[in-house]
Amino acid sequence: MSAPMSVDVSYYVALSAVVFFIGLGGVILRRNPLIMLMSIELMLNAANIALIAFARAWTNNAGQIFAFLVITVAAAEAAIGLAIVIVVFRRSKNVDVDEVAGLRG
Amino acid sequence: MTLFWVLAILLVTTAVFTVTRQSPVHSVVGLLANFVLLAVLYLTLNAEFIFVMQIIVYAGAILVLFVFVINLLSAGTGPFAEGPNRMPRAFVPTVLIALIGFAFLIFGLARGALGILPAHTATSQGGDVGQAGVFGSVADFGVALFSTYLLPFEITAFILMVAVIGVVVLASDAAPSPTRGHHVRRKVHEREPIAKAER
Repeated sequence: MSAPMSVDVSYYVALSAVVFFIGLGGVILRRNPLIMLMSIELMLNAANIALIAFARAWTNNAGQIFAFLVITVAAAEAAIGLAIVIVVFRRSKNVDVDEVAGLRG
Repeated sequence: MTLFWVLAILLVTTAVFTVTRQSPVHSVVGLLANFVLLAVLYLTLNAEFIFVMQIIVYAGAILVLFVFVINLLSAGTGPFAEGPNRMPRAFVPTVLIALIGFAFLIFGLARGALGILPAHTATSQGGDVGQAGVFGSVADFGVALFSTYLLPFEITAFILMVAVIGVVVLASDAAPSPTRGHHVRRKVHEREPIAKAER
């Protein structure tokens, strides 16, 4: 804990970008709604890495507050997303998001 | 620096593991490892309260929610445990898109932001944990949350209430009755016996 931090903040932003694009790839690639939701959680967490690294770089609490709000929104999003998955599964017995096309024109 | 690289490599590894597993349960385990490592990364960034929240909210609450849904949905249905997979077909274009986006982001970083970002200035020493006035301590975070950022915090409560109401409405047993649209009504009507038989 007392070790001096010598990591520049740009490394954290780069790590954030890597994790974000892994999550983005997961959302695009996977057709399982649960794994898509998990990939969205990965993306939100990647944004949190950047926010907290910026907070640390400027020793300003605002970044940590924003990260806290993002965590809250992520919790709400996961709850509603999973409820939607349950409803869709209950209705049509499938877990493939490509087959949930009832609103397609 | 060593700690950062170890954490970064493990974070990327677990993220890739999460995205590429066939079974959702394996993905959840990978995501759990990712979240715990992320919490440690937050701790190295002096974000003590976020560290605790990451463990409690993400690893404790959200992942349990995922596991519950997986168990709920795969009860009695074999194929869900595996899930659909289109990985081979869309793999190359997706990786290309992700790499191009990533290259743009790194390009932007290298052009502008990288030079002007100040270096880290550590204010927290060993033994300072939790004290007021020290950056990143829980006391400091709490003071900021309940004074400067009180309104966003209150809006957070509203968001959570909306989520609770939404989940109750969505997951309640009563199927919503369609109000308009002829063939929509017919479709719902056709599917009703299946939903009843399931319960």
